[in-house]
Order: sequence, then C-alpha cells, then structure tokens
Amino acid sequence: MTVNLKKLPDHKYVMPGNAACPGCPETMGMRYLKMAYGDNFVMVIPAGCSSVIQGIWPKNGINAPVLNIVFAAAASAASGMKAAFDMLGKKDVQVVVWAGDGGTGDIGFQALSGAAERDEDIVYICVDNEAYMNTGIQRSSLTPYGAWTTTTWTGKKEHKKNIPLIMIAHGAKYVATATVGYPTDFIEKLQRAAKIRGFKYIHLLAPCPVGWRFDPAKTGEIGQLAVKTGLFPLFEYAEGKFQLSPLSRRYKDPAKRVPITEYLKLQGRFRHLLNKPEEIKKIEEYIDSVWYMIDVLEKAFNPQAEAQKLLRTL
Amino acid sequence: MTAEAYPVLEEPKTFFLAPLSKPAPGSAGKTGTWRTHKPVVNLEKCTGCLLCWLYCPENTVIKLENGKVAIDYEYCKGCGICATSCPFDAIEMVPEV
Ligand SMILES: Cc1ncc(C[n+]2csc(CCOP(=O)(O)OP(=O)(O)O)c2C)c(N)n1
Ligand code: SF4
Ligand code: SF4
Ligand code: SF4
Repeated sequence: MTVNLKKLPDHKYVMPGNAACPGCPETMGMRYLKMAYGDNFVMVIPAGCSSVIQGIWPKNGINAPVLNIVFAAAASAASGMKAAFDMLGKKDVQVVVWAGDGGTGDIGFQALSGAAERDEDIVYICVDNEAYMNTGIQRSSLTPYGAWTTTTWTGKKEHKKNIPLIMIAHGAKYVATATVGYPTDFIEKLQRAAKIRGFKYIHLLAPCPVGWRFDPAKTGEIGQLAVKTGLFPLFEYAEGKFQLSPLSRRYKDPAKRVPITEYLKLQGRFRHLLNKPEEIKKIEEYIDSVWYMIDVLEKAFNPQAEAQKLLRTL
Repeated sequence: MTAEAYPVLEEPKTFFLAPLSKPAPGSAGKTGTWRTHKPVVNLEKCTGCLLCWLYCPENTVIKLENGKVAIDYEYCKGCGICATSCPFDAIEMVPEV
C-alpha cells in the first residue's frame, strides 16, 4: 500500500485559519489522519493543544466530528463510543483517541491501560510533542533527558518513558511508531491499523517549534532527524510480529546514524548541553539502549520465535 | 425525605445541548495576518511533486489544475515548511512589506 499524492483529493484535511501556531505538528498529523480515514472516523480529544487548535465556536478548525473530553476519560469514552457504533451496526467507523504526551503517559494513562487490557477496538494516537505545550511547556514523563522546559530549567534529569513498549507489554493488537516528518509512513500505518480488530496504538513524534525552540519551517526536518540519528526508531508490531519500518532499517548499524548533535543543535531546548560532552554521551547511551530493546523485540516477536508461538496459542 | 418534598420544576421550553461547532475556515480569524514572511511559488521551477502540499500544516497549499501549486494567502501563517520541504527550491520566503 503506497500513498499516491496526485490521487489524493484536494480536500480541506484541516480547516485553514485554525488556532494552531505556525508550523504546528499536531495539525500536520490531523491532516494525515483524514487522508488515511476519509470521512469515516470520529476523534476523541482530551485537553491539550488539539482542543485549542479547534478555534472559537461556532467554527471548528478540525474537519471531523470531535468529542472533547477530560484527560482521565479519553480512552474510556472512545471505548463506549465504539460500542455504540457497533450497536448501530456501523462497524467500519474508526474511533480515534488523539491525545498529547501528557494526556497519554501521565494523566490519561489509567484509561489507556484499561482500554488496552480490554482490547477495545479503537485507534489510540499519542501526539508526542514531549511536554505539556498547551499550558506553557511543562515537563511530562515523555520529555527526553536533558531537555529544557519551564519546570526543568537546567534540563530534565530522567529519560523518556517508553509508552510503545508498555503497550506491547499490554498485549495490544497493533503498536507502531511514526513521525510527522514521514507522512506517508504514518498514513500507511493508520491504514494497516484500520484493518485490525482490537486495540491499536500509534505513537506519533510531533516536533513542536514553540516548545522545542526551533524555526517553525523545520518541523518536518526535525522529525526526520529524530529517525536518522537513531533516537526514534520507526517500527510496527502487529498481532505478535515485530518489524522495523523500512525507513529505520539502515540505522540499525550505528555507523550509518547521523550524529545526535545534528538533532540537538537545531533546538533551543538543548542549547545548554551542546558543549557538555558528558551530557551528549548520556544521550548517545540512551540511543544504544533503545536499539538494544529493538533487538530484543525482533528476537522475541518473529514467526520463528518461541514468544510468538506462545502468543498464537493464547 | 419524600420525592414530594422537592419542588417540581417546569419542563424547560428550550434545550441547550453541549455547544456544537462546525468545521469552517477561519475559526481563529484571518490567520494570514500572522505572517512575517510569505511563500512565493516559482512556477517555472515547480515540478508538481506535491511535497509542499503534503507537509503544509495549514492546508493552505492548493493543488492547481495544471498539477502545480498555489498558496491561499488569506490563511497561510508563513511558517515556511512548504519552502523547506520543496526538493526543487521552487518556493521562496519573502518578507512581508
Ligand atoms: C485534570 C486536568 N489537569 C490539568 C489540566 C490543564 N491542562 C490543559 S491542557 C494541559 C496540557 C496537555 O499536555 P499534553 O497532553 O502533552 O498535550 P499538548 O498540549 O502538548 O498537545 C493541561 C495540563 C486539565 N485540563 N485537566
Ligand atoms: S504549542 Fe506546539 S503543538 Fe501546540 S499548537 Fe503550538 S506548535 Fe502546535
Ligand atoms: S508557509 Fe506554512 S502555512 Fe503557508 S503555505 Fe507554506 S507551509 Fe503552509
Ligand atoms: S514541493 Fe516544490 S516542486 Fe513540489 S509541488 Fe511544491 S513547489 Fe512544486
């Protein structure tokens, strides 16, 4: 399945003139969501930039039906909505949770975990801009090591929480990583997720020019650099099978990765650690640990592996 | 306390449901006024690859009949993503005024 840009109709995938900042990754992501699902989806949005992006009543900047809801209830509200659609016989409508990293990894986590455990037939997308942007750039559990935020003045001291891994551990049917830097990869993953019945989780890295302190023209480029430096590997885990996405395969070899400083130096939030080699080393070690995990997942979840045979019997 | 102890309210004549808004352009006004730089497409250089159309966060790159692109200046916020994503350098960011 490849995406043909010429064949995609010139729709308003988001409504122009919405309240997002220039260069916003969240409106980029919403466009790709609509390119993938057309008119056949509903969004459930907990508080965050995406609630505000919609703009002022009676107009809405999002070109899809939206249920705005409190943080703690996004995944549960989506579960209920999906059940209602099933009762109405509308089985092909995708119910999509669209939540920030704070809404996913911190405040909405119990509902997310519950929905994954119940294997609800929904698509949960975490739009990860690595901080609470809507309330003014506070750290979340998904802010990476070293990053400045308004609550980590000297750089965050802890590493990023690995939500995709936690979702695989839940036994989710589909788990994937994507970034707005590679839109067609994200669209293809959305389309594949739609074909699977059960709980689907997509982690969308969304570089935010305001919170990460970079030139808004570089949103896509920074998303691509996150992949090229090996910091954010793109992968797909579907029904017990794990595989690296083609875009990330070559970065398995550390020698092929772009130096991490190329990614850090474009972002003001890392400015204070650029001339501290010991801090950069910590981030490089983190990348090594990420790839060690990828290796473990590849070994555990392939058609030959014991873990997968075991999963098939469940 | 019995139910009778509560005053019975008259049925409201009008029902207010949750405020529903409808998709429409300009939910934050004419965002074209936010621009400091404006993207200008050089149609000679444009090959119609549509990468700018794909990457524009605002949906303000428009597909033309001839396969090339134009900009909706009423709402374009001037972020410059279209210019950075063009592999043929066909979009230039020009300062406003
Ligand atoms: C229970 C609760 N606590 C706090 C808030 C205030 N609040 C609104 S948006 C937001 C930030 C959300 O951050 P994130 O989920 O990362 O999304 P982003 O804004 O970055 O897209 C917060 C803390 C709230 N609305 N409800
Ligand atoms: S703060 Fe970042 S994510 Fe939020 S609207 Fe602005 S650009 Fe988008
Ligand atoms: S400058 Fe930004 S908003 Fe304007 S057309 Fe280009 S990508 Fe879209
Ligand atoms: S990216 Fe450049 S070449 Fe491609 S359609 Fe846009 S302006 Fe034309």
